[in-house]
Amino acid sequence: MNIIQEKIKEYIDKNDVVLFMKGSPDFPQCGFSANVVGILKYLGIEFESYNVLEDDQLREGIKVFSDWPTIPQIYIKKEFIGGADILKEMLENGEIESLLEKNKIPYSIKA
Amino acid sequence: MTLSPKEITDLIKKKLPDAIIDLDDLKGDNNHYHAKIISSKFKGLSKLKQHKLVYSALGSHMGNTLHALMLETSDIKKKD
Repeated sequence: MNIIQEKIKEYIDKNDVVLFMKGSPDFPQCGFSANVVGILKYLGIEFESYNVLEDDQLREGIKVFSDWPTIPQIYIKKEFIGGADILKEMLENGEIESLLEKNKIPYSIKA
Repeated sequence: MTLSPKEITDLIKKKLPDAIIDLDDLKGDNNHYHAKIISSKFKGLSKLKQHKLVYSALGSHMGNTLHALMLETSDIKKKD
């Protein structure tokens, strides 16, 4: 494994919920990244985010690491969940709540 | 660099010959699309694997010549 792959592994080992995105949670720089931040905030879960626009190696490295060509990418407990469309579907069909419960990740949906 | 709706549909059909594809050019710029794809090849696969199948059909275009593609995949037609 090269350095960036090891670094990514470290990122997803360190935190339960990790988001690789374009921009920051406060200033997302892509619609898909903004949607994912919106969903994570709606679920009220704590997450760590990494801005791929600040790091070209990370931007290309995460695509290889996950074997997934697009960003954003979400990891929960070291498991690759998918991108914005998958997270949205999981929210709509309730799968995301079961996944969070299974992994004992606290969340609180704001009504 | 962009990808026309026909190019996208052709690439997907190559991998998923029975696919029914509903492609929407969201901004009219050949660069932001919404695709609803139904194919029997999705049967038994997780969403992650279904989307991966579509991405593999698009190859290196995804994230390069094609900037944004919203995906909805299914193995059966949903009733509207």
